[in-house]
This record gives sequence, structure tokens and C-alpha cells, in this order.
Amino acid sequence: MPQMIIDNKTIEFKSGQTIIQAALENGFDVPHFCWHPGLSVAGNCRMCLCDVGMPRMNPDKTPALDEQGKQIYNFLPKLQIACATPAADGMFVRLNDKKVESAQESVMEFLLINHPLDCPICDEAGQCKLQEYGYKHSKGESRFIETKNHKDKRRPLGPNVLFDGERCISCSRCIRYANEEAQQPVLTFVNRGDHNTIETFPGQEFDSPYSMNVIEICPVGALTSQDFRFKARVWDMSFNETICTGCARGCNINAGVRDNEILRLEPRVNMEVNQYWMCDHGRLNQYKFVNTNRVQQAMIRENGTLLDADWSVAYTRSAEILKHYQAHEIMFFGSARATNEDNFALVELARHIGSPNIDFVRYHDEAFGDAKLRHSDRTPNAKGAETLGVKPGNGGVSADSFVHAVQAGKIKAVVIIEDDIAGLSSAHAQALASLECVIVQASNMTATAQAAHVLLASATYAELEGTYTNFQERVQHVEPAVVSKENASRMGLKMSRLDKFGAENDRWTNGEKRDCRMHWRNLTGIANALGAGWSYKKSADVFSALADKYEVFSGMDYALLDERRGILFGKAHEEYVPVFEYSSHDLKPQS
Amino acid sequence: MRSPAGKETQKDRMGFWERIYLPEIAKGMATTFKQMFEPAVTREYPEERFAPTGSYRGRPVLVLEEDGERCVACGLCSRVCPALAIQVQAGETLERDKERYPEKFEINMLRCIFCGFCEEVCPEEAIVMSKDYEMVFQNREEAILGKEKLLTPVAQLQDRLEYLRTHQYYEPK
Repeated sequence: MPQMIIDNKTIEFKSGQTIIQAALENGFDVPHFCWHPGLSVAGNCRMCLCDVGMPRMNPDKTPALDEQGKQIYNFLPKLQIACATPAADGMFVRLNDKKVESAQESVMEFLLINHPLDCPICDEAGQCKLQEYGYKHSKGESRFIETKNHKDKRRPLGPNVLFDGERCISCSRCIRYANEEAQQPVLTFVNRGDHNTIETFPGQEFDSPYSMNVIEICPVGALTSQDFRFKARVWDMSFNETICTGCARGCNINAGVRDNEILRLEPRVNMEVNQYWMCDHGRLNQYKFVNTNRVQQAMIRENGTLLDADWSVAYTRSAEILKHYQAHEIMFFGSARATNEDNFALVELARHIGSPNIDFVRYHDEAFGDAKLRHSDRTPNAKGAETLGVKPGNGGVSADSFVHAVQAGKIKAVVIIEDDIAGLSSAHAQALASLECVIVQASNMTATAQAAHVLLASATYAELEGTYTNFQERVQHVEPAVVSKENASRMGLKMSRLDKFGAENDRWTNGEKRDCRMHWRNLTGIANALGAGWSYKKSADVFSALADKYEVFSGMDYALLDERRGILFGKAHEEYVPVFEYSSHDLKPQS
Repeated sequence: MRSPAGKETQKDRMGFWERIYLPEIAKGMATTFKQMFEPAVTREYPEERFAPTGSYRGRPVLVLEEDGERCVACGLCSRVCPALAIQVQAGETLERDKERYPEKFEINMLRCIFCGFCEEVCPEEAIVMSKDYEMVFQNREEAILGKEKLLTPVAQLQDRLEYLRTHQYYEPK
């Protein structure tokens, strides 16, 4: 491997890499605005300037040495930009040096000439690259006493993205993103010099299904989200790692939570799954159902109305009802929206009871899928449900034949996790309504939940711990982002600052802590009421039982899944080489 | 004289006159008697009220100008508040020049410690410490003051604003 020296430290790099790539991968901090590993190199912000030298050679091609026998370097007369200069074998680079520092200071002063001082009302403040470098690489004083340029403060570029011309530092990340990643080349620079700004071409708007990624990659607050605008300051939220459940891709995301409510979702880097991006649909829709219309607790139907009940009572009642029926009269609906653990527990329960009638509903939408991230399978765990054997056994009733089987009187009781079966069609709704026993575990008050005889409040993806298997057969671990009564004891450090320190009489900690439980816990409750004697206490117990039983999961555990950012089926025993994950700008310090 | 164990006793430390107390009592009584002819320093509150100067840090309030509140809901006061007394929720408006305004601004006066950090950090000089020191609440809910109780016309806050202009907490070099 070729070697180079950065700030007197010898590092190895892959040939073809630029200086900035080699430096970042080896843990150096190179200030930059316009460079992004997912985009082409523009080299227009001039922030990554560095001093580059090559070893001096004698006429006879031997290295030129000084009196101490050290290599002499010929430095290029001008500073070079690290993002566009290819690294070369033997190269000597200075990233921290008086010359480099003063150049960076000048670039900062130049960028800040027309940048407004509206950090207090800017959504980016707190995770802004310009703000960060303003502390690190700037004198903090401006010699500019003239009036700043004024430009448009709120120009919509598309339905979801708002552009503030004054804050823009013309790094062109958004333009390159629109051209290269979103494949919708509608953005461009107009005008010159300090009047330079970004516009859409006349009559066109930036409405790509991936348009909102420009909000993250914008190093300043010039591009803001119509949906999130002004909802919260970044330091008031906790950014908890989770996974988008909008489709079978399973994009890695962060959930911004304040007052136990998800306020926004943003992509988290995982080079194997979603790289740096996520789709607008996921970003705009995947948090709303966590915040609203939730099933609050366990409920039992008495004389036609659902009444609140204790968990243990609900479990014994479910078991009592199920005992009335023969095994083949009970149908189990697994779910591609539930975790591997949940589906495993359901399969085990069906097996314990001895029912062959188990299946799950597939939600395919060809119109949703595309070649980038969006997948036509609209559920996060269809692969997992399939693998764990959520399919009808010998002579069992499948999801498709469910309505017929109910009408024929073959099925008399049903256990449903997560999915809205009644919402599929009016025939399904009628079938459910005609049954004597409907046990539903649901997170939201859907038509199915309202038709339940025993309703068990369940955790959404934001409250549970478990694993999803995406369409690549990659098993990904998800941890709770939002506090529920079930996970409260482990959430302390993951809460936002205000939630952490609030008392009961503070109005800002009144965010609902719901009494919902993971499906496998509810199923364990029911199974144990039926005398199964399961001993699962936490998700990890279920997962290790699952990993023991299914070959493709063998060797996996939560710590390993976290370390490798998800593992493909059957690959847990293979050697793993960590990949460098670039993060453009986050809330600093991370807390 | 020392007691046998080598320890000082009270008897050893005090002289004869001190031990009989009477002269000391007389001295104390003389001081008390003298104070009867000195001018009184106590106030007969509430008939006679204390009028603080501009330097006084009383109940924090929001400045209300003729065209509306100064506050832009940046939340810095809420961030800096060591007692977590302030909660701000920003909203967006197109009616005014300032696009951002506080939809909700609440100060929990049971938490407030009157440190004045909120006033110091405010980039708009929108939250200032008033002269109000009379805070009576009948329950905890009442002690959480919303915008309607916090907004105070700028005319009533001239003393404090003047004081802030002349006495900066931190003077840049």
C-alpha cells in the first residue's frame, strides 16, 4: 500500500484516494464545506487547503537528504485543496500549520462577510459546520463594516425544502446532490460574485422523492425542512438510533425526540444499506403514527365495549378464550411489520397450541419501489417472517384463504400481531366482526384494534428492542428511541436534556409514557397462561433462542449486530472489515 | 491553674467577673437601650414598599414593543437556565417581519432562581429582570407564568434596559 505523511504521522492509503479521504479515514480532522464522499468533487469552498510537499530527489534519482540525514521536501508554492489533490506515495502534507491556519481563517472571514448573524433563529444552529468552524478556524472578528447583502429569506425550492439565500455559502452540495443522487437536475447557481444564489430552473421545482436529503448535507442552515421548521432547537432533542420501517430497505435513521415525541427523522450512515440518504416518504411519515392515535394499554371487551384491564388479567383472559377452541380453529397472523423476535414468539405459540394456521400479510406496492432506496415491499421484516416460518403448516389456513375459512366456519378465533387485518378489505372486516374471539396486539387504534375482544397495546419500532431483516437478508438491531413504561428503566441516558431532568410538575415532561409492550412479551404472557413455561425476560433472550434454532441467525447477538451495523444471513462467523463512515455534521458535543 | 488531667475547664478560662455574668448583662442591656434612640431600618411592608433601582433582579419578564413582542423564540434562555425554569416553543408567522415568534413561553417561578442568565444570553434584549418581587401563588400551576403574564410594555422597563446598556456583564475586548 502506498504511504504518505500527514502532520509527521505516516499513514497508508488506497491508491486513487484524495488527500481528504486518506486523512479522514486515518482520523485527521480536515475542515471542509463542499466536499461530500457521496458527491462529486467541486473544490469551491477552499476550506480544506493544506500544504503539500513531495520528496526532493538528487539528479541521480536518490532521495535528497539534509545534514541530519532527513528527507528534504519540495513544497508546492501555493496551498492545495485536499479534496481535489490525489494522494501520492511519499507525499508530505501539513494540515495544521501557520500558513494553513491563516488561509483557513481568511476563507472563514470571506464566507462570513455576507452570512447573516441569525444563528439564534436558525434551525441548523448547534449542528452547523459554519458555526463549528467559526469557533475552530476563525478569529471570531470581522473587518467588514459595510452593509451585508440581502437576498430572499424563504424561497421554496420544492414542496418540502425551503431556501434561505442569505445563509447560503454557495458550496453547491445541493446542486450536485440534485444532479447526481436525486437525478433531478433542477437546481443551479444564478448571478455572480456576492449576488450569487441558488434557484430552480423556471417552471420547475425540486420535488424528487429524495429531495430532503439536501437539508442534512447543507453545511449551513440555508436549506430547511418545511415539515420540521422551528419545531425544536437541536440541543433540546435527543437523537436516538433506530431503523425506518417504511419499506424493506430498513434505512438507518436517527429519531430526534423531545418531550417523548418524535419531532424529526434523519438518515444515519450505513454504507451497506442506505449510504447517507433516506427517502422523503420515510422522513415525513414514519414518525407520525408513533406520536398519535395509540392504543394506551391492555383492554378487554365487556358487553360490547373495550374496558381498561390489567396486563395479567388480559393474558389469562386471552388464554381462557383460546382454550375454548380446538387448535385448528385458531388462526395466527404474524406480521412483516413486527420484529424477528415477535414473529418467532408467535410461531412458537402456534406450535405450542398445535395450530397449522399461521401466516402473514404482504404489503407490496410496485409504484413505491424505485432503483435507489425505496423498495416495493412496504414492510421492514417480510424476509424475517418468511425465514422464521410464519407460513401455514400442513393443511393450514393462509392469509389469502382466511376470509373463506371464516365464512366456512373453519376458523373461530384469531390472534393478530401488529397488522391492520380489518383494514385490508371490507370482507376482512366482516370476517373479523363475525368471529367470537379476536385477540389483537396493536400499537395504533386501527379498525382491527377496535374489533378486538382482547386488545394488548404494543410497542412501535420506536419503543421496542429487536431485529428486522431487510430485503438484502441483513439483520439489523433496533433499540428504543422513545420512552414507554416497559423500557423506561433503560432509557435514562437516551432522553433529551429536558426530559432527563424534568420533574412531574414541569409541563415540558408531560409527554405520554405509554403502557405498551413488545409483542413477544405479550405472547409470552399468553403462552405462560396456557402453561408453556417460557422464561423470556428481555429481547436478547428471545433472540438468542431464535439464533440457536435457525441456522442463518447462528452466531448473531445484539452486540455483534451493533458492531457490524447489521449482519447478512449466515455471515456472522465470517471475518469483518470495518468500513469508514463519514458524518458531515452532527450535534456537538454528542450527548 | 490547671486541673489535674491537664485539660482546661471552663472555670480555668473565665475570670471572676466573667463568671458571675452581671457586668456582661449590663453591657448588653446598654446596647439595647441605645438602639431605642437610633433611626429605624425596618420597613412597615406592605404599607411602605421597597422601590428597587435598575440593578435589581426581580421576576423575569418579556419586553412588549408597540408592534408586538421582541422575543424570536430562539430558546437560548431556556438552554442557559440552570434551573430549567423556561420552556419555549417557537412558531412561524408570515404576518410580521420577524418570521419566528414564541407560540408558547412559560417560566416556572417555582424553579426560577433569579440569576439573570436568561437576560444576559438574550440576543434580542427581549427577556429582562423586572423590579417585581411580589410573587404569590396559590398552587403550582399558577406559578407557571405564560406569555400573557410575562409580556410587559417596554415603557415600564426603561430603568432596567438603561442599566443593561450601561452595565454590561461581559465587555468584549
